[in-house]
Amino acid sequence: MKVDQVPQEENRTLGGHRKGVYARDASGKLVLVPSKGWEVEEIVTVQAVDVFHAQAEAARTRAAAGQSSPLEYWMYSRRMDVEMLAQVSGLWQWRIRRHLRPAVFVRLSPKILARYAEALGLPTETIRHLPERA
Amino acid sequence: MNLPSPKLMSKIAYQHQHAAHCESGTIANLLRHQGAAVSEPLAFGVASGLSFAYLPFVRISNGLPLIAYRSPPKSIIKGTAKAFGSRFRFETFRDAETGQRRLDALLAQGQVVGAQTSVYWLPYFPEEMRFHFNAHNLVVFGKEGDDYLIGDPVAEDPQRCAVADFKRARFAKGVLAPKGLLYYPVQTARSTITPEAIRPAIRKTIRTMAAPIPLIGTRGIHTLAKRIARLDPADEQSSPFIGHVVRMQEEIGTGGAGFRFIYAAFLQEAADIARLPVLGEFSERLMTIGDAWRDFALAAARMVKGRDKLDPPAIAALLAAQADSEAAFFHDLGRAIK
Repeated sequence: MKVDQVPQEENRTLGGHRKGVYARDASGKLVLVPSKGWEVEEIVTVQAVDVFHAQAEAARTRAAAGQSSPLEYWMYSRRMDVEMLAQVSGLWQWRIRRHLRPAVFVRLSPKILARYAEALGLPTETIRHLPERA
Repeated sequence: MNLPSPKLMSKIAYQHQHAAHCESGTIANLLRHQGAAVSEPLAFGVASGLSFAYLPFVRISNGLPLIAYRSPPKSIIKGTAKAFGSRFRFETFRDAETGQRRLDALLAQGQVVGAQTSVYWLPYFPEEMRFHFNAHNLVVFGKEGDDYLIGDPVAEDPQRCAVADFKRARFAKGVLAPKGLLYYPVQTARSTITPEAIRPAIRKTIRTMAAPIPLIGTRGIHTLAKRIARLDPADEQSSPFIGHVVRMQEEIGTGGAGFRFIYAAFLQEAADIARLPVLGEFSERLMTIGDAWRDFALAAARMVKGRDKLDPPAIAALLAAQADSEAAFFHDLGRAIK
């Protein structure tokens, strides 16, 4: 890739930042060139973000219908899954799955709720409920 | 020759330099602050940073496997430090309070410090790039009021990060938890790389790429190609799998083509340092291989986006061709530097 071939496609996923890529200059030397992004990168990053987004929205619908607890929504909205939430919170996966049941979730002790809040980086009060629709 | 002690260096303002990759950029910037002549590609190459690993049993998120185009975390820091005869101090902390006090104390002494953090909790990162990846590296070069001054090598300019946010990022839990890791050089023996250090570093990379394990090196690329060939185009998990491969290759600070371009830049520098002009030819050849990696990424992204029909065997064939050209490349490179 030559310096003038470095894509500058203004990826929205870069939020205005420029990333460094290596390309050949006129003398044949490889140099670091700031890039505004390549559409290929944007496609795969948006795909990864969208997976979490779709999971969060599906969880929101389930929780609103009383089939799941708000915890499932918050887990996906913080880009985690059960496996990762278990690693971060130090709770067993089967316990987390149990806490995804609304009837179990409403009876959780403040201590366990605080552990989830800490793992998700959110106030305890927030994770008790689904967010208001924006 | 001994470089000035870190205490003396504290009077010199830290010069941030943009890099493609966090770990090679951080170590290069830390050593350059000590007066060493080191670029990001040189750090990456002498530390034998280039690699390939496909570990299907290590799942990153949503069941997607670990696919890496580089050596394991921390190996670039340690390898580069070794090449410069630099002794580093590594400190981790059991609790966040102690870790923060220690960072503040080091900064108060004028020490420029490397740190490992999660990406997700750094507010200056673009929202859509914030995933739970715990092995990000950056430089902390000061504190002003309630902000740390951050030299994040993948950002063009120095950043600021509020103390509370930074603490959270340093003490994120989960896989590769940083445990507040801080590191800094205490003594550096050389300001340049010796010509003798080049060959062993390249040989190490060749050994990794030719590893007799089906998950590492060019054999690992073949295994991944076979896995992709088996993907069912009708399965909705197939497209995210292919997208994930491309994301690891192009989006995660690799300098393009899964670190192949950085390594080509290293080979150019190494040709001069070791007076081995033949490395210049191998640099050219690796750039061509890198361009083919980019063609692979483009073909895959078009399928992910639905512009072309999802065709796993076609993607797998491109990947297998990459494995073959890299196998030949490293074989020939090994012969050339004998």
